[in-house]
Amino acid sequence: FLGAGGGNDIQWCFSQVKGAVDDDVAEADIISTVEFNHSGELLATGDKGGRVVIFQQEQENKTQSHSRGEYNVYSTFQSHEPEFDYLKSLEIEEKINKIRWLPQKNAAQFLLSTNDKTIKLWKISERDKRPEGYNLKEEDGRYRDPTTVTTLRVPVFRPMDLMVEASPRRIFANAHTYHINSISINSDYETYLSADDLRINLWHLEITDRSFNIVDIKPANMEELTEVITAAEFHPNSCNTFVYSSSKGTIRLCDMRASALCDRHSKLFEEPEDPSNRSFFSEIISSISDVKFSHSGRYMMTRDYLSVKIWDLNMENRPVETYQVHEYLRSKLCSLYENDCIFDKFECCWNGSDRQRYFLPSPPCSIVMTGSYNNFFRMFDRNTKRDITLEASRENNKPRTVLKPRKVCASGKRKKDEISVDSLDFNKKILHTAWHPKENIIAVATTNNLYIFQDKMN
Amino acid sequence: MFVRGLKRKCFDGEEDIEGTLAGIKAIPSYNLQRQSLLDMSLVKLQLCHMLVEPNLCRSVLIANTVRQIQEEMTQDGTWQMINTQSTGQASLDRLVSTDILCRSSREQAEGKHVPGYSTFNKDFQGDQAQDSSETMSTAPSVQGPRNLQSNMWEMENPQENKGTFQKSLDQIFETLENKSPNSVEDLFSEVDNSYYDLDTMLTGMMSNTKMGHCDGLETFSSTTTTASNSNCKSDLNELDHIVEILVES
Repeated sequence: FLGAGGGNDIQWCFSQVKGAVDDDVAEADIISTVEFNHSGELLATGDKGGRVVIFQQEQENKTQSHSRGEYNVYSTFQSHEPEFDYLKSLEIEEKINKIRWLPQKNAAQFLLSTNDKTIKLWKISERDKRPEGYNLKEEDGRYRDPTTVTTLRVPVFRPMDLMVEASPRRIFANAHTYHINSISINSDYETYLSADDLRINLWHLEITDRSFNIVDIKPANMEELTEVITAAEFHPNSCNTFVYSSSKGTIRLCDMRASALCDRHSKLFEEPEDPSNRSFFSEIISSISDVKFSHSGRYMMTRDYLSVKIWDLNMENRPVETYQVHEYLRSKLCSLYENDCIFDKFECCWNGSDRQRYFLPSPPCSIVMTGSYNNFFRMFDRNTKRDITLEASRENNKPRTVLKPRKVCASGKRKKDEISVDSLDFNKKILHTAWHPKENIIAVATTNNLYIFQDKMN
Repeated sequence: MFVRGLKRKCFDGEEDIEGTLAGIKAIPSYNLQRQSLLDMSLVKLQLCHMLVEPNLCRSVLIANTVRQIQEEMTQDGTWQMINTQSTGQASLDRLVSTDILCRSSREQAEGKHVPGYSTFNKDFQGDQAQDSSETMSTAPSVQGPRNLQSNMWEMENPQENKGTFQKSLDQIFETLENKSPNSVEDLFSEVDNSYYDLDTMLTGMMSNTKMGHCDGLETFSSTTTTASNSNCKSDLNELDHIVEILVES
């Protein structure tokens, strides 16, 4: 990727794959969210069955300097259960829509996980010692016969096999009529927001019985509804600023100091429509599926159906950069509308900083990554303007072999090794990807498998 | 949806096959494409999962697409013209969508003001309804409650159509919104009990997923008939009765 000499480009290698091997995908195993914690040591996934699986990176082996630590299962727990709303006679899915980690304050780890209606704060803690030598109890817990107790002793902690426990510390419920699509922790680390299709609420992490509504776009008459909220995020540094995106391709930046209900935006980011590309599908493909601030907060990235756009917060009338993810799909929009793929919500992410290459940095937020179909995912280097398409597949993937770039042939004669648009498998979609905050390690989720790739060191 | 590659090319074929003879023959007219997109969108709005709330974002986007098409059609006057076309492929397409629409119209004819979306899922049961739908197409609409479907029939007055269309779209949104607390009593009093019959629901869902492929006319004509046959029969008798009256008058 990097310009100074070809040898400094990132070469991605397969590292690990997690999940079932067979093609028959169990519905509950479908991965619905992927997120690294702030140090990158932990990697959490949520699935359609309401489970959270956390992987932990092994400490780097000093003797094996050519590879970074592997990720192994650290904790698995059932975060959400299916519920039934009796009033509406509808099921509430247990699918985990988003996971967000809190920065670590003590020995325990905390994360927020949410389904369509309820957000939960989970504490993940390790236990590797236990007290032994009670006065009144045997080691197995049975009470001793009091007459046999003749001495007094103080229990001592003795080591035990590591146990990782997850316990729900807070449950934030009953605040959303519509389906929650985003949660975002504020830079004050005390509050967070949750956004559904029509409203955004502000919570305090300690308080579960109350939340403040800060955005409400529900019209008085539902008949007038033409736009919904699709994603929301707090600014990484300004604790009073957040953005939310809409199904019409707009992003609104709001300042909570302006008023209690932030219905009037401070800034409105919208790119004027290209009249030459206008079709009945224009609005649908402009709907933003994800929004992510850059680390500095100066830029934000949005993902719509066909492209990734980088916006400068100082310029509202158009993005500063646009990257086409799979432009070859533009002529297939009708079919994609028919089979509902046009409504797929792809996420996007920035690269972190690469501490391994401190002498020739991959500056943070210089590369963006997003998924596509056929288990392809794409990366765009903002500096070199080069892009690459890679595939997450078990075939031909041995550890430390460099991934071969893929290419889709849009039209005309297909070259060897290219794949034609009509051969793409639209069932194999990569919606969720995550980039390690400090190293060139990426986690890519296919339907039910989690792939981990790292760059080839040396 | 299990899609291997892309099956249908609606608007898709244009750039690729321009200039070839076969291509010219295969490109349907813009109006036809637009109509089929409209039909597809209406079907999508109706085919909602019964157990889980429909995705509001998706519904809004589809509804906006429908509005867009309807506005364009109103502007160039084709909204009115649909009724006057009587032969050819155009009418066949119209029959396709109206076949579906008519079944829910049947429900409406019974005088129940059932929220639109819960009605639609029952509609795909009962081949018997197909015949009655064709008879219905010649009769002027009798349905009291306005709905999206009846709009397809009442072509005489485009202005009125816009109103009923809008209102029907609104109805869909009301149901999608899952009813305000005020209508809780209505909810319980007017919903057909068979809605809660698990067999009915599952059957409805099974045929719905088949629908999803949208394989053109074939899919619509091969709906499965199962659980609520008895409901269909009594409904049909009523329907026949109504049609008889209309035809005689």
